Amino acid sequence: MEQAPPPFFKRGPAPVVRLFFFASLSLALAVLDARFRYADGLRSALALAAYPLQKIATAPIALAERVGGYFGRQSQLREENSELRATALAYAQDAQRFEAAAAELTQLRRLIGAAERLPVRSLPAEVLYAGRDPYSHKLFLDRGAAHGVRPGSPVADETGVVGQVTRVHPLLSEVTLLTDKDQAIPVQVVRNGLRAVAFGGGATGTLELRFMAANVEIQNGDRLVTSGIDGTYPPGLPVATVVRIERDAARTFARIVGEPAAVVDRGRYLLVLSNEAAAPPYPGEARTGRERRADKPRRGHARDADGAR
Amino acid sequence: MAPDKPQHILLPVRASTIAASFAAALLLNFLPWNDLRLAPDFVALVLTFWCVRQPRLVGLGIGFALGLLTDAGNGVLMGQHALAYSLLAFLAIWLSRRILWFGAAQQALHVALLLVAAQGAALAVRLAAGAEFPGWPLLVGPLAGAALWPLVSWLLLLPQRRALEPEQMV
Repeated sequence: MEQAPPPFFKRGPAPVVRLFFFASLSLALAVLDARFRYADGLRSALALAAYPLQKIATAPIALAERVGGYFGRQSQLREENSELRATALAYAQDAQRFEAAAAELTQLRRLIGAAERLPVRSLPAEVLYAGRDPYSHKLFLDRGAAHGVRPGSPVADETGVVGQVTRVHPLLSEVTLLTDKDQAIPVQVVRNGLRAVAFGGGATGTLELRFMAANVEIQNGDRLVTSGIDGTYPPGLPVATVVRIERDAARTFARIVGEPAAVVDRGRYLLVLSNEAAAPPYPGEARTGRERRADKPRRGHARDADGAR
Repeated sequence: MAPDKPQHILLPVRASTIAASFAAALLLNFLPWNDLRLAPDFVALVLTFWCVRQPRLVGLGIGFALGLLTDAGNGVLMGQHALAYSLLAFLAIWLSRRILWFGAAQQALHVALLLVAAQGAALAVRLAAGAEFPGWPLLVGPLAGAALWPLVSWLLLLPQRRALEPEQMV
């Protein structure tokens, strides 16, 4: 006891020990988050704590925009109004044709005994800010679990699919864009009905169709829409246009690059679609929704399957 | 603290000053930057400042907590900034006595090294988790932060300066 240092020399553990402790803690958290998604509760709580700061940080810009809009020029407004009226007219025509077509489709489907398609509900949302992570392509919306957003819902704007809700906080939700490296979406070529899976191209801002045979029947300018066979995306939404095809005899697969149909990284207002059509269970084994979602096509899975064969 | 320059004795720091500076830094970081790679990381900068100036008050624990808050607020991998800020706090405390010996410009050079090291730690974590390399502009943020160091350290020392008495001005 006599040898114990006086209390004013007490400084706790050595800095190296602390660094080791906190570094292992961080790495453990990172592994838990990346591999097992165990850290989501902690993340939600912390995100809620950071929300007021984020709101304050974005407030001056929102205010400036509102003030700028208030003093918008008369002629500009009039121009915009006439433009909007023209598009509304065009949409109204489309809508009438769509209604007739939808009724006809329902009838035909009933005739051949296929399940009826449920209407897709949509929830308008505003982009709070673009992803704050240079390593991935994400957006944050001002609608969260409190407004009925569910993880996995597709997100679209007026021109096509933008991405998918990957994480839902109480007041905001995170959308992973189609161009993210880890994002995949099942698509179909409009011209000939060819099915494929489009993967995000990462920093290039494009989409890529992988594992398509070198002689696959696809052309520049082909439009790709969602096929809807995954049960997540409603069928028929525009996804991309094929802009480049490289067929190399030395490789098994063609390299097909597409330009996203929607303005993936700029729009202000988006629609969160909720595809609640209860998909029938897969034949043979009825599995829960969560398991089915985990079965999204991924490279790793494909490789595993190949290895097992 | 260079020996050839006159030094004013500073007032003791208040905990509220530290807390307010961290809140302001978080706010600046949450601004909707157009390209996050080019924006300086204000939290890292303020954390470095306090670790250098007050290594007994601000340390790795605070860095870790701020990192978690940044991770959750930015929606990135949990632990990425926590690791980066812990490492940054450690390096800043380790070099604190050395850094204070230099003038503002040389201090900024040291800080540039620290910020790049922290960014490198975050990069390593993300690459290990399977992300793609976001390009060399990633280095611009830390360097911009280091360029802001003289301004930030002057601002953060303001509350601790005492008003000079008239006879001392001569």
